[in-house]
Amino acid sequence: MSERRATLRRLSCSNGASHCSRLLEGTAASRERRKRKGLSAVRREEAGSMAAVVLSEPEKLYIVHGVQEDLRVDGRGCEDYRCAEVETDVVSNTSGSARVKLGNTDILVGVKAEMGTPKIEKPDEGYLEFCVDCSANATPEFEGRGGEELGTEITSTFYTVFSSENSVDLKSLCINPREHCWVLYVDVLLLVCGGNLFDAISIAVKAALFNTRIPKVRVLEDEEGSKEIELSDDPYDCIRLNVENVPLIVTLSKIGYRHVVDATLEEEACSLASLLVSVTSKGALTSIKKVGRGSLDPESIFEMMETGKKVGKALHVALQKILDEEESLGTSRQKVGFLG
Amino acid sequence: MAAVTMRLPVPRKPAVVNAPRGPEKHLVAPGDTITTDTGYMRGHGTYVEDDKLIASVAGVVERVNKLICVRALNTRYNGEVGDVVVGRITEVQQKRWKVETYSRLDSVLLLSSINLPGGELRRRSIEDELAMRDCLQEGDLISAEVQSVFTDGALSLHTRSLKYGKLSQGVLIQVSPSLVKRQKTHFHDLPCGASVILGNNGYIWIYPTSEQRDEETGGFITNLEPVSMSDREVISRVRNCIVALVTHKLMLFDTSILYCYEASLPHQIKDILKPEVMEQIVLETQHRLLDLEG
Repeated sequence: MSERRATLRRLSCSNGASHCSRLLEGTAASRERRKRKGLSAVRREEAGSMAAVVLSEPEKLYIVHGVQEDLRVDGRGCEDYRCAEVETDVVSNTSGSARVKLGNTDILVGVKAEMGTPKIEKPDEGYLEFCVDCSANATPEFEGRGGEELGTEITSTFYTVFSSENSVDLKSLCINPREHCWVLYVDVLLLVCGGNLFDAISIAVKAALFNTRIPKVRVLEDEEGSKEIELSDDPYDCIRLNVENVPLIVTLSKIGYRHVVDATLEEEACSLASLLVSVTSKGALTSIKKVGRGSLDPESIFEMMETGKKVGKALHVALQKILDEEESLGTSRQKVGFLG
Repeated sequence: MAAVTMRLPVPRKPAVVNAPRGPEKHLVAPGDTITTDTGYMRGHGTYVEDDKLIASVAGVVERVNKLICVRALNTRYNGEVGDVVVGRITEVQQKRWKVETYSRLDSVLLLSSINLPGGELRRRSIEDELAMRDCLQEGDLISAEVQSVFTDGALSLHTRSLKYGKLSQGVLIQVSPSLVKRQKTHFHDLPCGASVILGNNGYIWIYPTSEQRDEETGGFITNLEPVSMSDREVISRVRNCIVALVTHKLMLFDTSILYCYEASLPHQIKDILKPEVMEQIVLETQHRLLDLEG
């Protein structure tokens, strides 16, 4: 059976481009534009926070009292999520992609698998690289460099969440120890900011990793000792990632004396402190992070962690069900995409 | 018990009920030719190219004698004198407040256009100017009427009646201004227990109907007592019904909101936002509205 010989250059796209432009070609040009514009330091500081909405005092009071009585503005309880829509395989030139709409929040994630050299301290493992781009479509505050601070905050949170040993099986990404490995570039694009960004992004990342198809390669050694990478002819012959242990982030916002899950923009404006908890499908906590100006009581942190574990497990079950359903539909699934 | 629902996206379906509409509206998209007759004057939303009149916005063609213009459907609020608007204070300036009303420019509320507490009628002094922030701060919501339109298109608002003023506890929804029907009154007390202000600028304010209606405080005294649970449920249900109507692009007026509320009663409040329940409720509302018309 003849096998096509493919070289490294054919597999990867231009290495000079920034990671974000792997998803959307225009992003490299927009980065140049952003550097030229250069906002003043004051504006950068103001735009650092998430796209917040301004509320009057009586409105905030109404929301806080509602949360105390477990009836939020849209009728949900404190532990209910908004209806989410998940679709995978939306971007054709990626190895895996997913789009998640959680209420108003719209997130697009693309995963590109490329060949790279393993890190020195972990020679027999591949790795993940995250990049978050806050599109100016989401809110005018993200125009220019406004969304950079939020983007770096989300990126560093995801590095922390995925730093745990078992979240993704990195050894399966290794091709040749110390020489070649797969690097998964996970690019996140925020399309619309509607509150609860971290949860939506983590759902989209898990769905995109589930959807990722990495081609099977073999490394052949030549007579002189130079290595050639061979790609198998069959385009469907690929390895898939095991996403069983990929954690999902649950954001618990403290409003008044209680905490809510999946806060909208208005509820986020009423909460002074939030806890980000990353939970695996078995209910194990892999990381916690506190955000916000306010302080949290140690007892409430404990309660929030318990709620986070419970809600996280329910999230995993729901997401896995929808991913399996989508997979079982196969090619007969009607693709909705962006213009549906 | 945590409730998490996820679903696969479903392609959007076209308009639900085939109803006999009134006089046929001429809908155009940007780039569509309106007419090739050169005798017409071009108004807003049109331009001339190669002797053809072409639309530049998506909307309805309106013709007044020889003037053709296109009124856009998805647009910022264009104010008219006498409209009721709900706005949020963005800035406190020297003798006025800047109010955000989803129009192209921030609207202006002059210090002389508000009622002083106690209903006094006098010239505004320097003390009034210094006390402006005690009256209305950044972030406060007000209901007001458009007094006039400046030459640049900015609106000048006034709250010179007891029914306008600062809004206290309630829920604000932002919809497209073209979905709010022009009616005689925009302040409605729905029989279900909530009251609603349908601002022409697309800002809808839902609040509990307060018990004491005889003495109109007209203004700047906010009620900070907790709202009762039954009122909260009604307000949440009305809010979800309005979101359902807006998602299916139905016009918002008191009857449509009421019918939608009644159609939603068999469902739980949080279930109203599920796509299939929303569709069913809106379909029922459309049928009832058609029966009402004729």
